[in-house]
Amino acid sequence: MDILRFATAGSVDDGKSTLIGRLLFDSKAIFEDQLEAVERTSRDRGTEYTDLSLLTDGLRAEREQGITIDVAYRYFATPRRKFIIADTPGHIQYTRNMVTGASTADLAIILIDARKGVLEQSRRHAFLTSLLRVPHLVLAVNKMDLVDYSQERFEEIREEFTAFASKLNVGDLTFIPISALNGDNVVSRSENMPWYNGSSLLHHLENVHIASDRNLVDVRFPVQYVIRPQKANDHAFHDYRGYAGQVAGGVLKPGDEVVHLPSGLNTRIASIDTFDGPVEEAFPPMSVTLRFEDDLDISRGDMIARPNNRPHVAQDLEAMVCWMADGAKLAPRTKLTIKHTTRTARALVRDLHYRLDVNTLHRDEEATSLGLNEIGRVSLRVTQPLFVDNYARNRLTGGFILVDEATNGTVAAGMILEAR
Amino acid sequence: MLQRDYTTSQLDVLEAEAIHIMREVAAEFERPCLLFSGGKDSIVMLRIAEKAFWPAAMPFPLMHVDTGHNFDEVIEFRDRRSEELGARLIVASVQDSIDQGRVVEDTGRRASRNRLQTTTLLDAIEEHEFDAVFGGARRDEEKARAKERVFSFRDDFGQWDPKNQRPELWNLYNSRIRKGEHIRVFPLSNWTELDVWDYIRREGIEIPSIYFSHTRKVFERDGMLLPDAEVVQRGDDEPLFEAVVRYRTVGDMTCTGAVQSTAATVEEIIEEIAATRITERGATRADDRASEAAMEDRKREGYF
Repeated sequence: MDILRFATAGSVDDGKSTLIGRLLFDSKAIFEDQLEAVERTSRDRGTEYTDLSLLTDGLRAEREQGITIDVAYRYFATPRRKFIIADTPGHIQYTRNMVTGASTADLAIILIDARKGVLEQSRRHAFLTSLLRVPHLVLAVNKMDLVDYSQERFEEIREEFTAFASKLNVGDLTFIPISALNGDNVVSRSENMPWYNGSSLLHHLENVHIASDRNLVDVRFPVQYVIRPQKANDHAFHDYRGYAGQVAGGVLKPGDEVVHLPSGLNTRIASIDTFDGPVEEAFPPMSVTLRFEDDLDISRGDMIARPNNRPHVAQDLEAMVCWMADGAKLAPRTKLTIKHTTRTARALVRDLHYRLDVNTLHRDEEATSLGLNEIGRVSLRVTQPLFVDNYARNRLTGGFILVDEATNGTVAAGMILEAR
Repeated sequence: MLQRDYTTSQLDVLEAEAIHIMREVAAEFERPCLLFSGGKDSIVMLRIAEKAFWPAAMPFPLMHVDTGHNFDEVIEFRDRRSEELGARLIVASVQDSIDQGRVVEDTGRRASRNRLQTTTLLDAIEEHEFDAVFGGARRDEEKARAKERVFSFRDDFGQWDPKNQRPELWNLYNSRIRKGEHIRVFPLSNWTELDVWDYIRREGIEIPSIYFSHTRKVFERDGMLLPDAEVVQRGDDEPLFEAVVRYRTVGDMTCTGAVQSTAATVEEIIEEIAATRITERGATRADDRASEAAMEDRKREGYF
């Protein structure tokens, strides 16, 4: 059994909570005491139906205001897969939450109300999914029961959305007509839409192929921690020196020739160690410890790659950033801390090229700053070299966060476009 | 052309993620510690710590906030396991906090030291100058926890502000704090109760005996089975009876209920949990029943 992480975007009106509630309920991930608590609260508030959003809206402020503020993580499993849902609010003021949820997602579900069709917010959600390079996108056309299960309406929405998506980087796009309320095409195929030949939503989630979404070609091993047992009486490990980390790309094997960055020196992998014994290969997302044939000066923040396939060693980055801070803004000359893989440095914003309107994709080149939830293209100068790939090639070696040096808050997420 | 699919099981993915989180903490903080209660989640967390730093010893001490109301079997397990690992165990005692007048104990039948633990925990964090504290909490346990970060920032009063959390992207964690502040770190955030049990089975990890079915004298209160013990105040209208029970969670005797169960092995427990329709906290924890937002309120104050 493997894991599929997916993000859901949409507002309460689109039936998102109903859909999640149904997936959880039908897979028995909602428990009786949770359901009873939700029914009780719904009743106390005079709501006529059982408001399943109360399951996910856990914070006091959210329940008081009837809104979703933050990313909520929910879990369920079927015999085929374990699922982690990052449930994100759909409004524009919560763009940062959707970006956060999408950063680790294998798949995103965007909900569209069949009566309303493709709205501004659907386009925004699709754009953010593509910006964060979520490999699979599902457009769930919901409330089909309210348009008489019309194939014509579904095809209209499909055509309109396909035309828009052609401007984006969407790898795999699937359209599914559903009714979350009635359960049509959610868990099993609906008899109300005999014209639809595809999978139900759950069947799609269980079967979508995600193993090859990882980069298994470019070897990237950011050194995270140096392991040196200092047990005086333990001779077996007296001279042990291992380099621990989580594989960010490629497949490593003992005997492989590798290059250490920043030194540029070559060595070979002597062994790949784990608590459970040495392994014959390591690939994402394994956490392992490497030992090398030569004694090199290696420390946290360094990178292991292949001599003929290296990341860019760069201090000048071109990147798309999503600004996430409430107060401060991003503008040229802003100085920040950058965290990229296991390396931390300081960064200077040299230039803001444009601010992107996330609804229309219009580029405002007159923009002088980015505020909360705004996205733009920037040039950064970093105090020490980073070992980077384009975000489109590898999400782990192409993504970074920016930290405000005064407040210590995480103020931006960045996706590298180019490096020099 | 790749020879194979390179698929990874859900337990391997969760373990790799938890190891990554532990190593980040060890690399970026001066004085971490790991909260070890002898409960199953902290036992799994301890195994992850063993794996993350092997063949070196784990580079931080263990800490237990001892209410004095714990089950004997669990305290025995805690001490034995710490010794086997050669780990330093710090016991922060709620009784000491009471004796020092830092907290005042509730009285009456429903008195519980659960809430008092927060003061003891925060005092210990301050005394030992811990800047990162590992906890075994999972997001599937409770809806306030469903929204908590893996690296969860606490101000210098130990408080959690759910509306002002740091965004967490990819596998990048922000470890920046000022002196006096700390980060609570939850390596098992993405694990479910069933994942924890599957992992215990796969790894053959030992757990305290009270998780398995046994015969115990109990009484019923609010639909929960509480144990017959000196520290649990029982009324005349709450008769004792013998029952075949086990514990799904391990907490204070005063507020942790047993469930009727004949599950005597890890396999049987997994079967039971896969079929159950009630959450572990709903079934067994009086402390979460106080209000809709009981957990959020306690977490805001600095609770685990």
